[in-house]
Amino acid sequence: MSIASMQGGGGALDAPAPISFAEKIWRINWGLVLVLTAIAGIGVLALYSAAGGRFDPWASRHAMRYVAALGVLLVTALVPPRVWLALSWPIYIVALLLLVAVDVVGKIGMGAQRWLVLGPLQIQPSEIAKVAVILMLARYYHGLRKEEAARILYVVPPLLLILMPVGLVMVQPDLGTAMMVLMGGGALLFVAGVPLWMFLVAGVGAIASLPVAWSLMHEYQRKRVLTFLDPDRDPLGAGYHITQSKIAIGSGGLFGKGFGKGTQSALNFLPEKQTDFIFTSFVEEWGLVGALVLLGLFALVLVWGFSIALRCQHHFGRLVALGVTAMMFLYVFINTAMVMGLLPVVGVPLPLVSNGGTAMVSVMFACGLLIGVNVYRDAQLPRTR
Amino acid sequence: MRYRKGDGERSGLFTRRALLLGGAQMALMSALAGRLYQLQVLETQRFATLAEENRINLRLLPPSRGLIFDRTGKPLAVNRNNFRCMATSDRGRGVELLIDRLDQIFSLAEADKVRLLRELKRSRNAQPVVVRENLGWEEVARVEFNAPDLPGVFIDLGQSRDYPEGDLMSHIVGYTGRVADEDLAGRDDPVLQLPTLRFGKKGVERSLEDDLRGRAGAVQVEVNAVGRVVRELDRTEGQPGSNALLTIDLDLQRFAAEKMKQHQSGSVVVMDVVTGDLLAMVSTPGFDPNTFARGITQSEWRDLLDSPERPLHNKAIGGVYPPGSTYKMVTVLAALESRAIDPWTRLPCMGFLELGKIKFHCWLTAGHGSTNVTEALACSCDCFFYEAARRAGVDRIADVANRLGFGRVSELGLPGESAANQPSRAWKQEKLGKPWQHGDTFNLGIGQGFMTSTPLQLAIMTARIANGGYEVQPNLLLASATPREELAPPPTRNKPNAPSMRFNAQHLAIVREGMNQVVNGSLGTANALRRDAAGKLIEPALRFAGKTGTAQVKRITERERELGITQAQLPWHLRHHALFVCFGPLDNPRYACAVIVEHGMAGGTTAGPIGRDVLLETMKRDPSRRTDNFRKMASR
Repeated sequence: MSIASMQGGGGALDAPAPISFAEKIWRINWGLVLVLTAIAGIGVLALYSAAGGRFDPWASRHAMRYVAALGVLLVTALVPPRVWLALSWPIYIVALLLLVAVDVVGKIGMGAQRWLVLGPLQIQPSEIAKVAVILMLARYYHGLRKEEAARILYVVPPLLLILMPVGLVMVQPDLGTAMMVLMGGGALLFVAGVPLWMFLVAGVGAIASLPVAWSLMHEYQRKRVLTFLDPDRDPLGAGYHITQSKIAIGSGGLFGKGFGKGTQSALNFLPEKQTDFIFTSFVEEWGLVGALVLLGLFALVLVWGFSIALRCQHHFGRLVALGVTAMMFLYVFINTAMVMGLLPVVGVPLPLVSNGGTAMVSVMFACGLLIGVNVYRDAQLPRTR
Repeated sequence: MRYRKGDGERSGLFTRRALLLGGAQMALMSALAGRLYQLQVLETQRFATLAEENRINLRLLPPSRGLIFDRTGKPLAVNRNNFRCMATSDRGRGVELLIDRLDQIFSLAEADKVRLLRELKRSRNAQPVVVRENLGWEEVARVEFNAPDLPGVFIDLGQSRDYPEGDLMSHIVGYTGRVADEDLAGRDDPVLQLPTLRFGKKGVERSLEDDLRGRAGAVQVEVNAVGRVVRELDRTEGQPGSNALLTIDLDLQRFAAEKMKQHQSGSVVVMDVVTGDLLAMVSTPGFDPNTFARGITQSEWRDLLDSPERPLHNKAIGGVYPPGSTYKMVTVLAALESRAIDPWTRLPCMGFLELGKIKFHCWLTAGHGSTNVTEALACSCDCFFYEAARRAGVDRIADVANRLGFGRVSELGLPGESAANQPSRAWKQEKLGKPWQHGDTFNLGIGQGFMTSTPLQLAIMTARIANGGYEVQPNLLLASATPREELAPPPTRNKPNAPSMRFNAQHLAIVREGMNQVVNGSLGTANALRRDAAGKLIEPALRFAGKTGTAQVKRITERERELGITQAQLPWHLRHHALFVCFGPLDNPRYACAVIVEHGMAGGTTAGPIGRDVLLETMKRDPSRRTDNFRKMASR
């Protein structure tokens, strides 16, 4: 069944009338856009302070990037879901090819490589892969009936769809992103109706395969896990980051040290303060109050995402919305839990706050998809196979 | 319809599971909030403290050590800028590369590289490590020029001690060294914990340590993760140590040391009899204190320790010798004061005195015949003093000797000063468990036997006799002041401000007359010294009095007497010590001098000329009354 043939029958009786452009604009979740802007604004504040009270080199570019990414979001939101349905395969394949390319370049360049340089652009294929997997899985389950989704045979293709990029990301090596794709995909499988016992089996299997995973891990990864389990093992060595981050957060107290007065951050006791540890840097200066405001904003995004998913009339939209929401959650949770010493340090940025272009664009693109689901919530999509 | 077929069931399942997932996410978000509460509310105090410890570093500012000058303002101990190259490391990262680069600048020795690697790898809390000390300007410039390539490397300005006069003032000024555990006793000054601080070990550096050191300042600095100082939070200035003006006249000291050079080892002390100021205090040979300041090597140290002339030993205050005939003034004074003899008492000498079976010899085998007290001092007749001592008794002699400064440590405060030994009945009973014998008194009467003294004690005795019986104390510190411009010698004093010891003025005059006769009388044992080195009679204004002494190191056996073995035939270390004490000018005594030439054989011919020359030079220079030669110091 092709998209072209579907468009012919578009004017079916039970199909709602096509919505006007004004209505599309109206349906954009401007509240959500406002929340995202607020989060990015916090990012600008935090980066300004992390640079020692200067807009350069991070805060100004962060703001400009956000404006550009906002454009990406709005354009994405206005593209009808059937286009994304159609583009799922091509996007997924391009993402895979880019991942392979980055691995090959990494091999040649000797060492960990997560970026590809294409002209003036520096892109991180793993960020694209996150969205591509969401689109691909949503498309797959959109075409399945409930009974089919519950069958074991039908779980094999989505597993492959997940594990291929996961494997490619893992060898980069980027454990954090690999886990994110795996868990995000798992969340989609869960809501799509894969029986619970399969998750149980997978869980048991994962635990059983831990020793194998351990043996496959790089030395620095093992060190991080060990350090996470006991940060005091080497407080000046590998545990240094976690220890200093906890000191920064804890010393912030209830109301923080004040804007621009974070000593841990300004004096470089904090590592990677503009990227992975930006939350720490922010919380040191703004305290528990600031932390709860930021986490509250992210929670709002999640609630919005769930409500969009639940209100959507088509399965593809539901799954995309939920996938994007799960991805946002994983970003926020892994990053903040990591800097608070609840998870190993795995290198996941805080969306819209951490300095970094590709993550910003891919997150905003994903949010654009989410809002697009709302704009076209009652669109009629063909069953795909 | 076909589009929506089965969608109802699908959306039902989706909704249930999505809500489940959402619930799980919210639960996890709440867990994050809980963790934040734990870190930021429950444990915030602990983390706040840790953050402050990270950030704030209290650094002591070592005070600048006080300088030491002679009485004319010439520098004896100064501070030299010591540019040190220090390095810190960020938990040992990139250390090999850093050492490579430092090697290109300093061409480090292999051992240095190993030490640096070890210290930098071990260095926690960004404690700086010394790369190299005493850098020249060029090296400093090269480090500064290459600063961008040398993270954690900086130049630190410290001070090290310099002794421009080297061995000439080594025993008086002493030297400094690292703070040792015993130095900390009774001192809780935190500056002593500084690894770069130097502490007085010997001489004035030690005795004036607590004044020279000054008070440490402190600076509270904010440091970043690699230990670099970001800014100063608080600063308390310390106080530099106070500068010291010593009583020593450097030119006189040099003159005396030159005179001593003809002999292997010995000591000269020149003292102002009115003020007690020590104008020269020579102990030869000396050592170069600068080797201690820059760090002495093991072999240099062994050489100093093993030398038979004991260069590290300050013989002026720590050398212990029998005073021999220079003690005879004590015997005379004790006998006169106790009315055991009077100025007209004449005692016989046949060359020896017999006590039971023991013969006590006079140095002149033929004997001196009958002498009175001044004649006896002039010719140093031993028999007169055996008898005078017997009549006065050990108790009175010991009493007078103690008042003249024997048997005790002075108030000088220099380390290494000896009390020597003034024997008494109680001392012998306690130390040897034997009662005092008459023979002991005989020996004491001529300054032999158990009796020992230091050159300083001899100078004190001479000064107290010369000044009319005032209990002057030896003194090395003329003035001290923290701002250098305020450093100036006090006005000259011409009357002692020490208490009088209430000796009969006539008795002291008799003793001084005896000492006059030693030099200027026809019978005098040192009457060659009435002429100066050029053979000219000394002009009346510079005439002086003195007393020779020759102290036995080993008993002269009857067999040696029979064989007529001379001192020159004995090995150096067994020969007699040569002593001479003197004061002048005769009419109005101002300066006293004591000389000991170790194993110099005869006081009159070996030590005497040195005492004469030094005393004449002292009287000519008259350092106590001349203050116009003081070079006023502006702070540099």
